[in-house]
Amino acid sequence: MRTFYQITDTSIDPETLRGAITDAGSGAIATFVGVTRNSFAGKAVRHLEYEAYAPMAEREMERIGMEIAGLWPVVTGVAIAHRVGRVEIGEASVAIAISAPHRREALAACAHGIDRLKATLPVWKKEVFADGSEWRENREEEELDDGR
Amino acid sequence: MRDGMRVVVRLFGPAREAVGAGSVELELAPAATAADAVVAVGEAHPSLAPLLPRSRVAVNLEYVDAGTPLAPGDEIAILPPVGGG
Repeated sequence: MRTFYQITDTSIDPETLRGAITDAGSGAIATFVGVTRNSFAGKAVRHLEYEAYAPMAEREMERIGMEIAGLWPVVTGVAIAHRVGRVEIGEASVAIAISAPHRREALAACAHGIDRLKATLPVWKKEVFADGSEWRENREEEELDDGR
Repeated sequence: MRDGMRVVVRLFGPAREAVGAGSVELELAPAATAADAVVAVGEAHPSLAPLLPRSRVAVNLEYVDAGTPLAPGDEIAILPPVGGG
């Protein structure tokens, strides 16, 4: 299985992820890209700041990749990237790409991967408003119901 | 504390902000567990109190249970609820 795991303080290019896992035997690449939103509960967000426990986050990406390989052995590639530092509105903060022979496994593994990494990746997000800032947690109920 | 064990506890996100530092050093008893480290860091830094019950602990880059024994030189981390994605 081809893999690509990255914590980066520069922009995420989904094409780089796809390129890293392209495989001649794979007819499907499913990609999820999470982008930063301009509001939370009606409040205007100016930008986001992400902080990671980088060495652990990269390990956790590997662990999620192994889990995907166990659940969908046909998967031929897993690529995950997460931004750290200041991220402007509309930029990609996270991306995951999965290659597989066919679409069903690629799509299912991609959905599983983003759910897992939102639940376990040691990354913290701060929303910066005009008048302050707030750490924003991923909602646990959403993350635990990962449809496995 | 004689025969104690000195460990570094790394702090992230809101925990780092609450203490104003990315890591703190602690002196723990030789047979201390991850839970003991959490108690000790909470006593040393009361500003962490609201966060600790909701935080997870990692030792040497892996999530661990409260009862996990610690060894000298371990890298312990307090991980508040995550917000990646």
